Amino acid sequence: MNPESKSTTKSLPLEGVIVLEFCQYLSGPSAGLRLADLGARVIKIENPGKGDLCRILPIKNRWVENDSLLFHTINRNKESYTANLKSEHELAEIKRLIGKADVLMHNFRPGVMEKLGLGYEAVKALNAGLVYAEISGYGAEGPWARKPGQDLLLQAMSGLMFASGNQKDGPMPFGLAIGDMLCGAQAVQGILAALVHRKRTGKGSRISLSLLESLLDMQFEVLTTYFASGKRPLRSAVNSAHPLLGAPYGIYATKDSHLAIAMIPIAPLREALGCGELERFDQSMVFTHRDAIKQVLADFLKSATTDHWLAKLREKGLWAMDVKDWKQLKATQGYRQSNLEQIIKLTNGQSIKTNRCPIRIDGEVLLSDRPAPTLGEHTASIKQEFN
Amino acid sequence: MPLLEGITIVDFSQFLSGPSASLRLADFGARVIKVEKPKTGDICRQLYVSAVEIAEESTIFHTINRNKESFTADLKEKADQEAIWKLIGAADVVMHNFRPGVMARLGFSYDEVKARFPQIIYAEISGYGQDGPWADLPGQDLLLQSLTGLTFLNGEEYKAPTPMGISVVDLLAGTQLAQGILAALYRKEDTGRGSLVQVSMLESAMDFQFEVFTTFLNDGEELPQRSKVNHGHCYIAAPYGVYETKDGFLALAMGNIVTLGDLLACEELAVFDDPKGWFDRRDEIKAVLAAHLANNTTQHWLDILEPADIWCAKVLDMEAMMEEEGYQVLEMEMEVRTTNGDRIRTTRCPIRVNGERILPGRGAPFLGEHNDALAREFGL
Repeated sequence: MNPESKSTTKSLPLEGVIVLEFCQYLSGPSAGLRLADLGARVIKIENPGKGDLCRILPIKNRWVENDSLLFHTINRNKESYTANLKSEHELAEIKRLIGKADVLMHNFRPGVMEKLGLGYEAVKALNAGLVYAEISGYGAEGPWARKPGQDLLLQAMSGLMFASGNQKDGPMPFGLAIGDMLCGAQAVQGILAALVHRKRTGKGSRISLSLLESLLDMQFEVLTTYFASGKRPLRSAVNSAHPLLGAPYGIYATKDSHLAIAMIPIAPLREALGCGELERFDQSMVFTHRDAIKQVLADFLKSATTDHWLAKLREKGLWAMDVKDWKQLKATQGYRQSNLEQIIKLTNGQSIKTNRCPIRIDGEVLLSDRPAPTLGEHTASIKQEFN
Repeated sequence: MPLLEGITIVDFSQFLSGPSASLRLADFGARVIKVEKPKTGDICRQLYVSAVEIAEESTIFHTINRNKESFTADLKEKADQEAIWKLIGAADVVMHNFRPGVMARLGFSYDEVKARFPQIIYAEISGYGQDGPWADLPGQDLLLQSLTGLTFLNGEEYKAPTPMGISVVDLLAGTQLAQGILAALYRKEDTGRGSLVQVSMLESAMDFQFEVFTTFLNDGEELPQRSKVNHGHCYIAAPYGVYETKDGFLALAMGNIVTLGDLLACEELAVFDDPKGWFDRRDEIKAVLAAHLANNTTQHWLDILEPADIWCAKVLDMEAMMEEEGYQVLEMEMEVRTTNGDRIRTTRCPIRVNGERILPGRGAPFLGEHNDALAREFGL
C-alpha cells in the first residue's frame, strides 16, 4: 500500500511510521526530512494556493521547474497533499488522515492550529496515540509569542550574535539558519522519544519547542558560565573563535591562506612552531593574556605558508587544520571517500545533486533518490488509499 | 512517566558531542552511566574556561553532564573489563566518541559487543568517519568548521574566514547521534533487533550546510560570497543583515525593498524596484540602508517597521535579553544540585513534553560516584 520506497537501503528504522507535516520553510521541514531519510513516510499537508511558501523562496535565484531549488533540497523524499483547512469537508478528510497517522507536526504561529480545530486536545480526541509536535519562534506565552519566528531575528533576540567575530566587531550573525536547524533536530529527538514511549505505553505525547529555547540551550555552556561567574564571557579582540576558550584557539592568516589552531598548550606550541616570542607566556596566562598571546602568534604566522606550519604542528600531533573552501574540500581524497552526495531524479529527467542523511545505520549510508513532490501531487492517491 | 524510562545507556564518550547527546536522552528519562577512566575521568572535568570552577571541576563539565551517573574503569585492566561487560549486558545502548580503532583495541568494538549482546544499540561519533585519510585526525569543532568551508559563510567579505562562535559541529553531531539511537530504539521495540548507529562530525558539518552546499553543487560550483556590507547570509538578498543604529543594532530579514524604503522614508531605495536586484545589488542597497538607519534609535525604527509586519528585531546581548519578559516567561533556567551540595544554575532541556518543562534537579556526578552502588546493583 505504501508508495514504493526508492531508498537503496534494505530496512530503515522508521519504516511504517506515517508523519503529517503541516510545516513550511526550514525548522519543521528539516525535521520531516530527517524522519523521511530514517524511513518514515512523510506527507506534507499544504494549502492549495501556494503550498509551503518555501516553494517560492529561492536562494540565489535558483529554480527547478516551478519550485525553488531550496524547496527541493529540504523536501525531497516526501509526499504532498493539499487541503483547504478552512473548508469543512476538506478538514473532515484531514481528520480521517490524522486518525491513521503516527505523528503530526506543525510550525504555525501559536493559536493557528487551535483556531482550525487541530490543536493538541482536538487531535488527541481523534487519535490518542498520536505524537503531536509543534515548533514556534518564541513559545506560546509572553509578549514575544506573536513575533515572526524567522531565524536571523531569533539569533538577534537570543544573545547569540555576540558569540562570533571579534570583541570590537558589532554583533555578528551565524551565516546559516542555526535556530531552524537545531530546533528541527531537537523536534526529531522529541518525536522519536515519544514514539518509543508509545510503543511501551500506547500513549501519544505533545512535544513543544521554540527556536528561542533551542538557541538558549545551544548557548548552555556560556549561560552556565555567566550564572556562575556573573560575567558574560567575551570574544577575543584577536582572531576570536569561541568566547569561552583561551589562547591560541582561533583562525590565523598565514603567508598564503589561513590556519586553524585549536587547544594547544603554550609550551608545545612554541616549540613546534619555533616561536621564541611566546617565551614570556605560560599556560596560566591563556585567559588573562589571551589577546596578547594571540597577537604574537598572528604576527608570527604570517611569515610562512599554511602547509609549512601545518606540517610542524601535525608532526607533534598538535591540533590544527588548514582552512578550506568547498572547492578545496571537494578536491580532497577524504571528501571523495566519504560519499557525501546523492542524486535526486526528477520526473522530467532532470537530476539534482544534494547532500545525504548524515546518520549511518548498520554500516549503511542512507540514500534516497526520490524528489520533492509537486504541490498536491499525492492528494488523489492518498485519498484513495486512506478511504 | 518520562518518555525513556527504563532505558539504560552506557556512555564512554567525553567532551561535548557524545555527552550532549546522552544529556538529552537523560532529560527524556533514560539512565545514563558514564564510564570514565580512573583519576582524571572525562577530560572535560579539567577543561577550564576563564577561572570559573564548580567544586574544583569545570563549569562546562557540570553543564553537560548533569543527571548522569559515573563509573570508573581502566579499560585495559581485565577485572574492570569484566565489570564493563556486565554493565553492557544490562544496557540498551552503548555509546562512545573515541577515535576509530580505539574501542577495537580495547576489546569493545561493535562486533565484539554484538557477539555477546546482539540486541545492543551501539552508537559512535568520530571526527571524519571510520576510514579514509583523515580518520586519525582530532575530531575537534574548530578544525571541522575550517575543513568543511563553514568559516567562509560568516562575517563580511573583507574579513578572514570566521568561525561560528559556538561548537555547532559538536552539538549537531550529538543531535544526530541521539536521533539515530532513538530511531534504533523504536525499531527494537518490535523486532528486538540491535543496531549500529554512526555519525561523524564531517558528515554533520556538511549536513548543516545542506541548503547552501546543494546550491553550490547545482550552480556550476560558484563559491559563496559574503556581503561587503553588514553580512547576514551568503545566499540571501538585501536587506538581510544587522544594522547599527544610533543606540544599538537592528536585524532585518527578508523584505520588499521598495516597501521598506517607503516605510523608512528612504528615497534612495525606491529605484530598486526589480526583486532580482535585491540579491545582485545587495551591497549597494545595504549601504544605503546602513547610512539611513544610523540616524535614529533602534526603537524608532521598530515602531515603524513592526506594525507593518516587516521582519525585524532588536539585537540583544545576553544581559539585555535576560531583562526582557519574553525571556523570563520561558523559565529556561534551572538549578541542579550535586551530592556534595553544590548548587549550579544552568539551562533546562529546550523540549517540553505534554506541556511540562523537564526539570531533573540532579547535578553532575563526581568521578566514580556510583562505583559502589553500581557494583551492588549489577554484581560487578
